[in-house]
Amino acid sequence: MAKTIILEVARYRPEQEAEPTFESFDVPLNDDWVVLDALNYIKDKLDGSLSYRWSCRMGVCGSCGMMVNGEPKLTCATFLTAYDPGPIRVEPLRYFPIVRDLVVEITDFMKKLKAVKPWIVREEEKPIAEGEYLQSPEQLESYKQFSMCINCLCCYAACPVVGLDQHFIGPAAIALAQRYNNDSRDQGAEERLDVLSQHEGIWGCTFNGECTRVCPKNVDPAGAIQQYKIKAMTEWYKSLIMPWGKKSNGK
Amino acid sequence: MKQPPAYTLYHPKWYRKRVSTWWWTEQWRSFKFILRELSSLAVIYFVALLLWLLWSLGKGPDKYLEFQSWMKDPLVIAFNVIALIFVLYHSITWFNLAPKAMPIRMGGKRLPEWMVAAPNYVVWLVISAVVAWFILGGN
Repeated sequence: MAKTIILEVARYRPEQEAEPTFESFDVPLNDDWVVLDALNYIKDKLDGSLSYRWSCRMGVCGSCGMMVNGEPKLTCATFLTAYDPGPIRVEPLRYFPIVRDLVVEITDFMKKLKAVKPWIVREEEKPIAEGEYLQSPEQLESYKQFSMCINCLCCYAACPVVGLDQHFIGPAAIALAQRYNNDSRDQGAEERLDVLSQHEGIWGCTFNGECTRVCPKNVDPAGAIQQYKIKAMTEWYKSLIMPWGKKSNGK
Repeated sequence: MKQPPAYTLYHPKWYRKRVSTWWWTEQWRSFKFILRELSSLAVIYFVALLLWLLWSLGKGPDKYLEFQSWMKDPLVIAFNVIALIFVLYHSITWFNLAPKAMPIRMGGKRLPEWMVAAPNYVVWLVISAVVAWFILGGN
């Protein structure tokens, strides 16, 4: 008989139970299977009522973030064999309200993300006739790492501050703000600084570094936040020394 | 983000787990992190100690002798050794984190992390050596 591994999957069926429970499933331990494959196997063959999010199964869409043995992971990139002989405990992302089984409620994050304006802000768009906005490889390099974020929310599930203070805007949102601040085409740094220089913005961060450790795309949100702190501090000193000066746009 | 979180508080269906006050005891990593945060108290302690030393010196020999005898108490020595360990832990973790907060670029490339951390250690050692030379009576 082929080798199998036990998956202990968190179940929460709000119409039946008041709090989550665990259900064990025996799934084939194939070398090329990731945790997401095992969940799909459960849904197809063992229990069709299991709910979870997934889409691309190749580390791009950011939907399948879950806790695997207590660590936030992209389940599409987490091989079963790494946990042999098991069992593997699969839970919904920590610190988020659970909607059902492995599905969490992320509206709050979407709202926080929007607050930092994660798009290119221009004071004035140049006419199309003038052509595109050019960018050198160095300019691209300065924000590329932060642009790799796929909003999988593993960093939120890793960050103790997110767990303790639900107002904290969180690692991914700040890293994405920094992605646009560092973009040579963007002029919105000042608007973002107004949101992020508040206590619930960058100053909520205690530089625990967990976000960077768990990030499946090596975005380094912790680095982004600390760089932002230095930036905010310099801006503040500048406004103190030269209150008459025009606030720079953060370039 | 002063406005309340976007999800409805006390929503009857969603399950929400409260974070335990003891969350930092669950993993060695979190415990080390809290130790690092606590180590700032040791930094404050040494600053206060230095201020007290200066104050005693200013008040004359009697006060200074009092300070010295207090410092020689075995309990105080033990406490100071522990505080020193915390301060060293604080400094080392701080220097190691410096490259994260300061990505220095040269010729379009980001400097490797150790090149940002190393100067901190060098300056630290040099200043410590100068202070030690003063205290140990070099002229």
